[in-house]
Amino acid sequence: MFPVMPHQAVTSVTIPASDHAVRLRGLRKSFGSIVAVAGVDLDVADGEFFAMLGPSGSGKTTVLRMIAGFESPTGGTVELGGRDVTRLAPFERDVNTVFQDYALFPHMSVLENVEYGLRVKKVPKAERRARAMDALKSVRLDGFEKRRPAQLSGGQRQRVALARALVNRPRVLLLDEPLGALDLKLREEMQVELKAIQREVGITFLFVTHDQEEALTMSDRVAVFNQGVIEQVGTPAEIYERPATAFVAGFVGTSNLISGAAARTVLGKDGTFSVRPEKLRVVLGDSGDPDPVGSDEHSAEGTVSEVVYAGPATRFVVELDAGGRLIALQQNQEVSSMDVMGLRGHRVRLVWQRRHEFAITS
Amino acid sequence: MTTSAAVGRTGPRARVAAFLHRHARVRLSLLLSAPLAWLGLAYLGALAALFVTAFWSTDTFTGDLIRTFTWANFQDLVTGDVYRTIALRSLGVAVAVTLIDLIVAFPMAFAMAKLASPRAQRWLVILVLTPLWASYLVKAYAWRVMLSADGVLGWGYGLGATIATLSYLWLPYMILPIYAGLERLPSSLLDAAGDLGARGWRTFRTVVWPLSFPAVVAGSIFTFSLSLGDYITVKIVGGKSQLIGNVVYDNIGAANNLPFAAAVATVPVVIMLVYLAAVRRTGALENL
Repeated sequence: MFPVMPHQAVTSVTIPASDHAVRLRGLRKSFGSIVAVAGVDLDVADGEFFAMLGPSGSGKTTVLRMIAGFESPTGGTVELGGRDVTRLAPFERDVNTVFQDYALFPHMSVLENVEYGLRVKKVPKAERRARAMDALKSVRLDGFEKRRPAQLSGGQRQRVALARALVNRPRVLLLDEPLGALDLKLREEMQVELKAIQREVGITFLFVTHDQEEALTMSDRVAVFNQGVIEQVGTPAEIYERPATAFVAGFVGTSNLISGAAARTVLGKDGTFSVRPEKLRVVLGDSGDPDPVGSDEHSAEGTVSEVVYAGPATRFVVELDAGGRLIALQQNQEVSSMDVMGLRGHRVRLVWQRRHEFAITS
Repeated sequence: MTTSAAVGRTGPRARVAAFLHRHARVRLSLLLSAPLAWLGLAYLGALAALFVTAFWSTDTFTGDLIRTFTWANFQDLVTGDVYRTIALRSLGVAVAVTLIDLIVAFPMAFAMAKLASPRAQRWLVILVLTPLWASYLVKAYAWRVMLSADGVLGWGYGLGATIATLSYLWLPYMILPIYAGLERLPSSLLDAAGDLGARGWRTFRTVVWPLSFPAVVAGSIFTFSLSLGDYITVKIVGGKSQLIGNVVYDNIGAANNLPFAAAVATVPVVIMLVYLAAVRRTGALENL
């Protein structure tokens, strides 16, 4: 599937210190001999929708828990709005969390759940009630305030958890795999809704996900985690179009690597290079076109080893003569499944614009 | 429509198996009949015999049972100051033991369920269970030695010693249900309370306690009923103190007045029923 570009792109320029919602410096955490987070530096600007993306065990959730205060770092510092909170307890930090399992209090009504934080802060009853009702309205759950969490659907519980956190107007809202427990349809709805709510309240959202599509569609910027460190920070477009490392290229989208001898033969240079599948054009060997390759283009010849029909598009796996394999994604604009399925074993030439290939540091 | 053809073996055994497969209720009642018969005869039957006996009397001269209905035993029980004092004392001991066990058990269970590593958790459960493998008498006598005037504690014998010993004996029955209850309590709820600004005590009061209350009730039913029925510990460390259990025991043995013993034995049963009814009103039993 193709990632939809976000409505605005915040470039990763240096942000003035006062505008930092979150600043992490040299953050580390080990559990016994296991190193979960191995030195993380990160700046998140005020009002940003920021995603921490990575496979499970990459340390992203541990970083989130250290920002919330549930885990204390082995080393490094956590700053919230310019204040060092590294040694502070969760209840002393101006952040709120939406938990993966929502963590709604089962013995309280929806309203009591949402009011909990305000009650702790001794907000007068009338104001408390009004703010809680407002928060419930903003997640479209007015009328549900007397229900117990057990009487709600997964999506509704998720929205109660969101209202319970947002009603406190935190400086930063932390979301731990907020959509992980929802089914696909609901997840897509909530992605749009979360984005709209964030734009409305203007609070910094810092969310953890392992779903690359979710990270790309929702966030202003993304940090890609791998084995306890950040591999790359950038806008979704930067992450997708210009992955800095082989890991990012592989984790976000399909990695198409050309390296070693193949790179020398095909591209005429040394190193490892990547080009996204949808940037490749498949030209049949017997198309009769004498020279389909333009001056600003590269090409490679090979044999189709696999054809995967996927409705709107078809994936071709091509074994290159120069070595290695590339995957090409073609829109099924003019062809039908009957046409493409017969292409296995055919000779093809893959053509792409030079500006779409990028060097990868391994 | 065609009927599905029988696949595989036929014959009487297969037919019985197929019949039982189709009739889940028959299967269930066959499975349950033996345990239910046992429960009905041995447990409820004994309880019924107890109640019936409580309304009989004995011939003071020959000691023979007189099987005619009389309220006499209950009249003695209600009018005799001694018995009222003993009943209240037993109740007080049971309440004290339950409270002490609760205060000791809750932090222990919490540490086991929420703070200990999984490995330490296993060891702690074993440590809590280990005393249950030792004989009740051995443990009571160990306390007798400790409590004696020249023992480690040296408190001497009496009601206090009885409460201390019973609290020790029944502690695992309080720890284990609370531990199981807290184990089921998702840790994220504690995180969420802290995240929303609650400190430790408030988290305990508003989240941990209400959600573990059914487990506390389960544990208290054990400690309360076990304390109410005990007569051995009080004999070993209680000095001259008497509890309901002693009255029952003495009437069965020395006094040879089985009907009166039965009448006395209904007192803890009634107290337990009142306790359960009170607990039920809190709604804790529905969550058990």
